[in-house]
Amino acid sequence: MVGNLAVEAISLVKRFGDTVAVDNVSFSVPEGSVMGLLGPNGAGKTTTVRMLTTLSVPTSGTGKVAGHDVVKEPELVRRSMGLTGQAATVDELLTGRENIRLIGRLYGLPLAYLRRAADDLLEQFSLTEAADRIAKTYSGGMRRRLDLAVSLVAAPPVLFLDEPTTGLDPRSRVELWAILQELVRNGTTLLLTTQYLDEADTLADQIVVVDAGRVIASGTPTQLKDESGAARVVLTVSDDADLPRAAELLRRCADEVHVDSASRRLSAPASGLTEMTTIAQVFAESGIAVDDLGLQRPSLDDVFLHLTGHRAESDDGAPAGERGVEEALR
Amino acid sequence: MTTTTQTRVTEQRPPLERRSLIQQSLTVVWRNLLHIRRMPEMLLDVTIQPVMFVLLFAYVFGGSIDVPNSSYREFLLPGIMAQTMIFSSAVVAIGLTNDLEKGIVDRFKSLPISRASVLIGRSVSSLIHSSIGIVVMALTGLAIGWRIREGVVDAALAFLLLLLFGFAMVWLGIWVGSMMRSVEAVQGFMFTVMFPLTFVANTFARPEDMPSWLRLIAEWNPVSALTAACRELWGNGPPASPDAALPLQHPVLATVFWSIAFTLIFAPLAMAAFRRRSQD
Repeated sequence: MVGNLAVEAISLVKRFGDTVAVDNVSFSVPEGSVMGLLGPNGAGKTTTVRMLTTLSVPTSGTGKVAGHDVVKEPELVRRSMGLTGQAATVDELLTGRENIRLIGRLYGLPLAYLRRAADDLLEQFSLTEAADRIAKTYSGGMRRRLDLAVSLVAAPPVLFLDEPTTGLDPRSRVELWAILQELVRNGTTLLLTTQYLDEADTLADQIVVVDAGRVIASGTPTQLKDESGAARVVLTVSDDADLPRAAELLRRCADEVHVDSASRRLSAPASGLTEMTTIAQVFAESGIAVDDLGLQRPSLDDVFLHLTGHRAESDDGAPAGERGVEEALR
Repeated sequence: MTTTTQTRVTEQRPPLERRSLIQQSLTVVWRNLLHIRRMPEMLLDVTIQPVMFVLLFAYVFGGSIDVPNSSYREFLLPGIMAQTMIFSSAVVAIGLTNDLEKGIVDRFKSLPISRASVLIGRSVSSLIHSSIGIVVMALTGLAIGWRIREGVVDAALAFLLLLLFGFAMVWLGIWVGSMMRSVEAVQGFMFTVMFPLTFVANTFARPEDMPSWLRLIAEWNPVSALTAACRELWGNGPPASPDAALPLQHPVLATVFWSIAFTLIFAPLAMAAFRRRSQD
C-alpha cells in the first residue's frame, strides 16, 4: 500500500463571479503523511479544502480522496474522510457525548458500538468530565478537541483540518499538535491548512504554499527553507571587550557581518556546514571565548517573504494574519 | 486503502450501515428536538406569544367586535391557530439560517447522508414545534370558552388542514432561510411579511366590515381560506356571506388548493436556493 495517494488535487479552479479564488491548484498527499496548505487569509486554502471535501463544486478540475473522485463520487469520498472546519462546528446545545452520537448515527454506525466509541473518544480527548455538559459551556480548546473527536468517530482514513488551531492559546495548540501527531502515527493521512508557519513546520511532511489562489511553492519544510537563500552563522562571544576583534575575524571569513552589541551576538551569511566549521576553527585558534556558535536556518516566514515579496499576512492586514506571523516568529 | 486504522478506539470499527432517508431525517429531528429541550424558550413564539394574543384580542377587542350568531372568542381561535401555522415558515427559516451560519449544515454535508435529510429533518421538527403551539392554543381556547361543535372527523380534518398548510409554509421558510445571510435578517423579513399577511385576512376581524378594496384582498388571502375552513369544520362562527370571494365559499377545497400550489411553487425554489447556498 506504500505509495498510494490519499488526496489528490487535480487542476482545481473555483470562481466566484469575477474573482478566481482557486486558480489551477494541483498537489498530492501520499497515504499516512501530513500535508500543510500554507498561506495568508484569502489565499484560497479553505476553498480548496471545501472542494476536496465535496462541500463546494469546483468550477473546473477535480480531486480524489482515498481514490474516489470528489465530483463524480462524492458519496464515497464522504465515507472516507472526516472534516474539522475553520470554526469549531460542534452543536452548542448538545452535550459532548450527544455531538459524537449524532454524527456517528449519521455516518451509519450501530448504536451499541457508538456508545462505547463515544466513551473512548471522550476519554482520549480529555473530555470525560465535560461529556454530559452542553458544548456551549466548553472553552475554545475543548471545543476544538470535541470537534476533532466528532470527526474521528467513524475512523476515517483521511482527515481534513481547516486552520485547526486558529484562536487557541499556545498551550491548547501544543496539546492539539500532540493529538494530531498521534493520529498520524496510527496511519491517518492529514491535510491541514494553516497560516501559522511554525505549525506547518512542526506537523507537515510536505508543504504547499498558496498565495492569491495559486501554488507558489511546494516541498518539505527543509527544502523550502533551503530554497529561500543562505543560512547564517550566529555566534555569541562571552566578553563585550572581544566584540571588535571577533567582528574583525569574522569579516575575514564572510561578507555582511552584522554585530549586535547588546546581546554580544555576531552573524554572517554562511552557505553551509563547511563554512561554519572554518569559522569555528578560526575562533578556536583566536582564543576568544565563545558562548554559542551555530547555523541558523531561515524560518518559514523568511521563505514566505522570499516567495511572495510580502509577509505572511492578509492584504488588508487582518489581525488574524498578523497574529499568525507574530506567533510564528516567537 | 483500508489498511489505515485510527486512534486508540480499541475495537475495530464496524462497517457503516446504509441508513434510509427516513432514518437519517429522524436523527436530524432528534437533534432539533434536543435543542428545544435545552432551550425551552425557543417555544415562546408558539406558546406565550399566541396565548397573549388570544387574551389581548379576546378581552380588549372582543367587546367591540360583533360576530353574528357566535362569540368573538370562538371566531378568534381558528384565526390565531392559522396565524401560528403561517409563522412556522419563520420557525424553519430561523432554524435553518442558524445552522447555516454556525457551520452545522457544512458538517452535515460532509457526511455520507442524503442532503435532503437536513431539510426534511428541519421541516418535521418545525411542524412539531408549531403543533405544540396548536395544542397550547386549543387548551387556552377551551379555557376561555372556545368549543368544537362539529363531529370528530371534521375536527380532525381541520387539524390536518393546519398541518398541510404548515407543510407548504415550511418550503417558503427554507427558501427564505437559504437566501438570507443572518438570523436577524430572517427575523426582520419574516415578521414584516407575516404580520400584514395574517392580519389582512378574516383571522381577527370580519372582512365584511372592511373597506371594499381591503375586503377583496382579505378574502383572497390564502390565510383566510385556512381560517374559514377551520371555522366551518369546528362550527365556530357564521359561514361566509353570500357575496364573499370564491375561496371563502369553499374554504376546505381552497385550503387544499393553496397548500398544493404553494408547495409546488416554493419547494423547487427552496431546493434550488439551498443547493446554490450549499455549493459554494
